[in-house]
Amino acid sequence: MNSLEVSRLAYAYPDGTQALFGVDLTIGRGERVALLGPNGAGKTTLVMHLNGILTPGHGTVTVAGRPVRPDTLKEIRQRVGLVFQDPDDQLFMPTVRDDVAFGPANMGVTGEALERAVTGALERVGMLEAAGRPPHHLSFGQRRRVAVATVLAMEPEILVLDEPSSNLDPAARRELAEILRSLDVTVLMVTHDLPYALELCERSLILSDGVIAADGPTRELLADAELLAAHRLELPYGFAIPEAVERG
Amino acid sequence: MGAGHHHQLHLPGDSAVHRLPPQCKLLAVLAFAIVVVATPRERFWAFALYAVMLAAVAWAARVPPAHVLRRMVIEVPFVLFAFLIPVIGLGERTTVLGLSLSVPGLWAAWNILAKATLGVVASILLAATTEPRVILLGAQRLRLPGLLVQIAMFMLRYLDVIMDEMRRMKVARESRGFEARDLRHVPVIARSAGALFIRSYERGERVHLAMLSRGYTGTMPMIGDVSASAGQWAVALILPISALAVLGLSL
Repeated sequence: MNSLEVSRLAYAYPDGTQALFGVDLTIGRGERVALLGPNGAGKTTLVMHLNGILTPGHGTVTVAGRPVRPDTLKEIRQRVGLVFQDPDDQLFMPTVRDDVAFGPANMGVTGEALERAVTGALERVGMLEAAGRPPHHLSFGQRRRVAVATVLAMEPEILVLDEPSSNLDPAARRELAEILRSLDVTVLMVTHDLPYALELCERSLILSDGVIAADGPTRELLADAELLAAHRLELPYGFAIPEAVERG
Repeated sequence: MGAGHHHQLHLPGDSAVHRLPPQCKLLAVLAFAIVVVATPRERFWAFALYAVMLAAVAWAARVPPAHVLRRMVIEVPFVLFAFLIPVIGLGERTTVLGLSLSVPGLWAAWNILAKATLGVVASILLAATTEPRVILLGAQRLRLPGLLVQIAMFMLRYLDVIMDEMRRMKVARESRGFEARDLRHVPVIARSAGALFIRSYERGERVHLAMLSRGYTGTMPMIGDVSASAGQWAVALILPISALAVLGLSL
């Protein structure tokens, strides 16, 4: 079964601005896929559809075989783990432990099972020792890792990360990559950090002007300078695609 | 700063008072305050006994008197107001140290001072022995309006974030040569405050989306909840019940 299927998804904002014009994409279980696109391409709008925060004007979103509908929202939000770009938006509880517990507690998990879910999720991102601390006492990289843990605690089918590498220093960026590689979960990574996409994702999609403009192996897409230029994407200065990329 | 502030209020410890569930302590402080307020102001000895009770709690909680005294600064505006009443009060007058003071005013001032001080000290002891987030947990447990508890919780979490944003805006203003010197600069500060408000509002919307994404449906889940045993309630109620006994004697 596929983790995520989006079919002919179209959406216009209430003010009439059309953001998505029929998006089709499928992500298999266990895949790590990058969703690339310039600012304003509709990436965030698409992400908001994946767990039903926005309701499609047209088309369908299916997560692990379950359609996203008002009556399935609770289950969908457990299965789709959204990690927002600013960890200060994601971490709203007074302590790291409470924050990681928020999702599973909403799902009705209590007592020892809740404690296990929290400990397990924090262990997977290497932040267990910070459990009792308030989020604003952590570094930015640590906060982003805790943000990942807050959704891991819900044991999602698919992890959706919005610009995971933004504002991270090189070491924090590498640490996050190692964590993401170690997770046994489907990942959709929304980014315009092309080297990061290449490092982590075998496959990439390019979202441009509200449609999927390209879908293929990340190496091939990034090697096609014309394709990138047509969608306002560029490799950083001096970056060349390495011959062989190490994969975990 | 917010973080520094609430850490100043809270004194980590492991005393019997620290270990009591927050809902017991909240209710005990509230009941104690009500009893104090209900006590006739002429019964000086009753107020002295209340003070002794609070001293006993402080001793049991190992809260040093200096900590309590320092935190009592918050009462200063009330004290100033209380000192004004005898001066401007009407009715029968008496002379103290060459000052003509109103007798009913003196009684009113004593009433405010004694009762407010006892209430403030009880609250300081509560704050010293209970972490802010735990106090809110207790409020949630006591079925206080959920929305108010959530607002207080978010304030606790985001005060530092907003203060940081404010500091960055100040740096940005000053980097471009702005210096607030006199009234003409007020509009600039006001516009910054407006921008800060809008930024915070937008952050609120993003936080709400993040909450929805993790299954929020309008009520906060109970996390780290502690139920209180009958024994713990009994310990917590020693304070208000002994105060009630004193009140009974004084009536």
